Amino acid sequence: MPHILSIVTFLPLLGAAAIIVASLLNKGGKEAAAPAARWIALGTSLVGLALSILLVAQFDPSNTAYQFVEYAPWFAGAAYHLGVDGISILFVLLTALLVPLCVIASWKAIEHRVVEYMVCFMLLATMAIGVFTSLDMFLFYFFFEGTLVPMFLVIGIWGGANRIYASYKFFLYTLLGSVLMLLAMLWMRHETGTSSIPELKQYAFDPAVQPLLWLAFFASFAVKMPMWPVHTWLPDAHVQAPTAGSVMLAGIMLKLGGYGFILFNLPMFPQASEMFTPLVFALSVIAVVYTSLVAFRQTDIKKLIAYSSVAHMGFVTMGIFAGNDAGVQGAVFQMLSHGLISGALFLCVGVIYDRMHTREIAFYGGLTARMPWYAAIFLFFTMANVGLPGTSGFIGEVLTMTGAYQVSTWTALIAASGVIFSAVYALTLFRNVMYGPITNPKLENITDIDKRELLIFVPLIIGTVALGLYPNAILDITGPSVEALTTAYRAAIGG
Amino acid sequence: MSIQTLVILGVFAPLLGAMIAGFFGRRIGDIASQAVTTGLLFVSCLISWIVFSKWTWGGLEAFTVKLLPFIHVGDFQSNWAIRIDAMSATMLIVVTSVSALVHTYSWGYMKEDDSRPRFFAYLSLFTFMMLALVTAADFLQMFFGWEGVGLASYLLIGFWYKKPSATAASIKAFVVNRVGDFGFLLGMMTVFWMFGTIEFAKLFPLIAAKAGTGWEFLGYTWSALDLAGLLLFIGAMGKSAQFFLHTWLPDAMEGPTPVSALIHAATMVTAGVYMVCLLSPLYEHAPVATQFITVIGGITAIFAATVGMMQNDIKRVIAYSTCSQLGYMFFAAGVGAYQSAMFHLFTHAFFKALLFLGAGSVIHGMHHEQDMRKMGGLWKLLPLTYATMMIGTIAITGLGIPGIGGFAGFYSKDSILESAYASATSGHAVFGMFAFTIGILAALLTAYYSWRLVFMTFHNKAQWKEEEGAAHHDDHQAVVAHDDHAGAHAAHDDHAHDDHHHGPLQPHESPWIMVLPLLVLSVGAVFAGMVFAPHFIGHHEGEFWRGAIQTLESNHVLHDSHSVPTWVKWAPLIVTLLGTFIAFVLYVLKEGTAKQMAEKKGALYTFLYNKWYWDELYNVTFVKGTKALGDFFWKVGDVKIIDGLGPNGAAWASLKSGGWLSRFQSGFVYFYAFVMLIGVAAFLAFAIFTWGA
Repeated sequence: MPHILSIVTFLPLLGAAAIIVASLLNKGGKEAAAPAARWIALGTSLVGLALSILLVAQFDPSNTAYQFVEYAPWFAGAAYHLGVDGISILFVLLTALLVPLCVIASWKAIEHRVVEYMVCFMLLATMAIGVFTSLDMFLFYFFFEGTLVPMFLVIGIWGGANRIYASYKFFLYTLLGSVLMLLAMLWMRHETGTSSIPELKQYAFDPAVQPLLWLAFFASFAVKMPMWPVHTWLPDAHVQAPTAGSVMLAGIMLKLGGYGFILFNLPMFPQASEMFTPLVFALSVIAVVYTSLVAFRQTDIKKLIAYSSVAHMGFVTMGIFAGNDAGVQGAVFQMLSHGLISGALFLCVGVIYDRMHTREIAFYGGLTARMPWYAAIFLFFTMANVGLPGTSGFIGEVLTMTGAYQVSTWTALIAASGVIFSAVYALTLFRNVMYGPITNPKLENITDIDKRELLIFVPLIIGTVALGLYPNAILDITGPSVEALTTAYRAAIGG
Repeated sequence: MSIQTLVILGVFAPLLGAMIAGFFGRRIGDIASQAVTTGLLFVSCLISWIVFSKWTWGGLEAFTVKLLPFIHVGDFQSNWAIRIDAMSATMLIVVTSVSALVHTYSWGYMKEDDSRPRFFAYLSLFTFMMLALVTAADFLQMFFGWEGVGLASYLLIGFWYKKPSATAASIKAFVVNRVGDFGFLLGMMTVFWMFGTIEFAKLFPLIAAKAGTGWEFLGYTWSALDLAGLLLFIGAMGKSAQFFLHTWLPDAMEGPTPVSALIHAATMVTAGVYMVCLLSPLYEHAPVATQFITVIGGITAIFAATVGMMQNDIKRVIAYSTCSQLGYMFFAAGVGAYQSAMFHLFTHAFFKALLFLGAGSVIHGMHHEQDMRKMGGLWKLLPLTYATMMIGTIAITGLGIPGIGGFAGFYSKDSILESAYASATSGHAVFGMFAFTIGILAALLTAYYSWRLVFMTFHNKAQWKEEEGAAHHDDHQAVVAHDDHAGAHAAHDDHAHDDHHHGPLQPHESPWIMVLPLLVLSVGAVFAGMVFAPHFIGHHEGEFWRGAIQTLESNHVLHDSHSVPTWVKWAPLIVTLLGTFIAFVLYVLKEGTAKQMAEKKGALYTFLYNKWYWDELYNVTFVKGTKALGDFFWKVGDVKIIDGLGPNGAAWASLKSGGWLSRFQSGFVYFYAFVMLIGVAAFLAFAIFTWGA
């Protein structure tokens, strides 16, 4: 199929347009167009998923060059340049998978301004996929920043009581980071005369300026990850975001940072990357221990899971800057796996939030007796979050730690302590919400998950188990691209 | 059917059972779930015995069935595989035999529970994970099983999830095990970077070359193999509840008693011992690590025995006994007698499972009473349980006559003690002597606490008779929180059990489906030592292990253990008789003496009764410390410092300077987003244009 990447990228945008048209044509006004908006969003995102699967099926993993490349001059030297390698293609798939699940999850939870909501989601999908398919620096920037807008709206309009503070904090943090990145990009364009990412990867930047460029990109990506100490926007954003917003935030937005490190920092500024590795390692292991302990003390379920995300992203940054096969492979894997697991965990919170409209841990207790299937699913994802072998959560952790061990045993040691802390907070949460007798009379009549909700979880469960038992399905696709990256990195730093 | 297919079937049968009972248990019903899981477990058990027989008597060669690749990243290669050799064949029969019997027993023991499909699914899942652990061909699959049994253990300890003490115990078990896993992971990574492989078959031939070399870890240069051995042993300490990481095991008794027998006595807790023995090629070159193992094993053996002497909960006595026996196995491995360690693991599985299931039978017969002080005189009422418990007790105390024979424990425990002595005379003077002395002392205590249990439960005055009438009710309520079945009833409040909440207590023998496993295990407890001693530790030892345990030329410990002085051979028997005699005097001859002694609450008694205060110590340090640190990072680190200096500071400033935030708040969200997008695009276009090529 020609232009398949463009189609995959912009199909959701087309869906958004269709939703707007449908709402304009609907005589009953925008609110009456809600069912149409839902169905169009679902239909479009399912077609997008099918196309993404087709894309992966046609992809040749053994070829390390960018594939499905599309090129057209844009303006002022920038280009409309798309393509995917073994790493980015899987993020496209992950996004395409999460979007329809989010639409289904929002089916009943979102009741007002459904049209705008679905438009926002479609826009978010295009922007997110665009980040992973861009091969032009400025196009990347456009999509990268573009994701902020729909996300910002989703939190700001459909969020909880304190949504304005949260969206403001989210906006402030991410924008500050982005400004520096843009400046760095402009300088690079000026210096090299190109904005093509594949060409920039070949360009040997002067080791003297690399640190500045590295830091500029780092500022943007570290906020997105988020890395300690610029992580505090995330818990607030999650708590205020509607369930599907949290899923996209944890599942996709957080991955933009890690993807950015792999796309820019490591290959373009290898000397600086090596120089700053101790810094990244330090921040990563602080994230693992510090945020795990903070998670342990949370009283709001979503905040707890948000902090746990920060801890898990610590493994990602650690793995990337380990700069070896195990580390980078593990980091990519961890991002994909976390996309499934944290998405599922936020959906789990959504299930009981939709019923009780509170996320206070203390409100709950003893749900297992009334919701046995929900208990099983929640426990499954709790265990995946804890990194139990057999689930995808384990693979990323063990590979990133193994990668880090080669570079710094201290880092591996402290990161490994995360396996203890994650068990502490995750099992405590599960116990407080699910176990014990039911003491709150309001919970007496709570119902177990229904078919629609089960439908959302099934693909995530299958993905988590399949990748946990047979991670090679992913590792084989990412392998050659990662190897090319790490080989070039080691050659550049002379290691 | 080829042996490979058979083995695959044997390993996966329990998983199939678990999935059927777990997913479809409600649809197919309780009895069908029980029948499927139990039936498949017996299939697995039969296959295991075929494999073991072929190995022991049929000259089966070691082989590995590769099923699927697991992780392949560079040299970090792991495969889903089933490895069959002497080590795994031994574990196969231990695991599946005990598990099949525990499944059977649970038909009776769990009869009144309304979540039986879930229970049987968990039991079968555990069995599968354990089989995955013992048949692993590399560290990663082993870790999969290692954590998998931890999961099953977590689920089963917290089976009665409405009971707070049970769920607390389940978390404790999982977390403490994770402390061990932390060491396991680091050990595995160390092995990987040291040797470039995590596959056992590739690793073992490479080890000797690394002996004596150094390895950088945490800024220090360590003796390479000692470091790997020590880190991996931390994993073993967690799983096998060794000193420092032992606190979860007694609490794990919150789980239903069949679980205690299967997981927390016979199989899972021995995984650490299994790993150390499996890695004998590594540990043989790691003298410091093995010395450490000897010390930890020795301390555990004596520590747990001293605590076990003072406990009144029948299950906790046996739990501490398990802890202590695991200590024996470890110091056996530590002094280089891996064969003896494995042998004790093997025999211990039978008699310890027997003791636990016997205790379960008593608890069942006593209507969910676990406090031995409220028992007594039960031998007439539970004759079969009594007889089998006697056999188990004789087996665990290692009663037997040197040169003639005895029950299972006699062969394995004496082999351990003799090996320890032999190692003391051949180079490991200090550590060998330490192990031997501790082992003898602990044998004395073992006899004491084991017979104390029998005397308090089955002999003496029937304490439960006094509870008739009003007093009975009060007392019963008082122990409800402590009693495992009470949890079941609390958990399923729609269940009424008239038989024990009203009227006088009438202890009764258990149904045949519970007694039958006791009888089968009794056969094992009597004969397992006699029949298999030649294979595990005797003349056929080399033929039996066929390279699965590798010892250095210089390691003669097992060989020398057969020719220790006569007094060493007789010492265990003498201390065992002594311990038995003391228990007899205190609990039978002068009944009430022990009670009076306990009531004085002397310092030593209080110290031992409170388990050396380890729980209290860990509570004050780790539990409270973690909470305090978490609160500090959150409320001071995140809120005050990071947010205070960052966004909130800025927000405060902008609010002051012009109501930016408040205008933002009143419906400008769209507008702002729009401005942002336009702004970004405009800036970008302008910039590209200006800098344009």
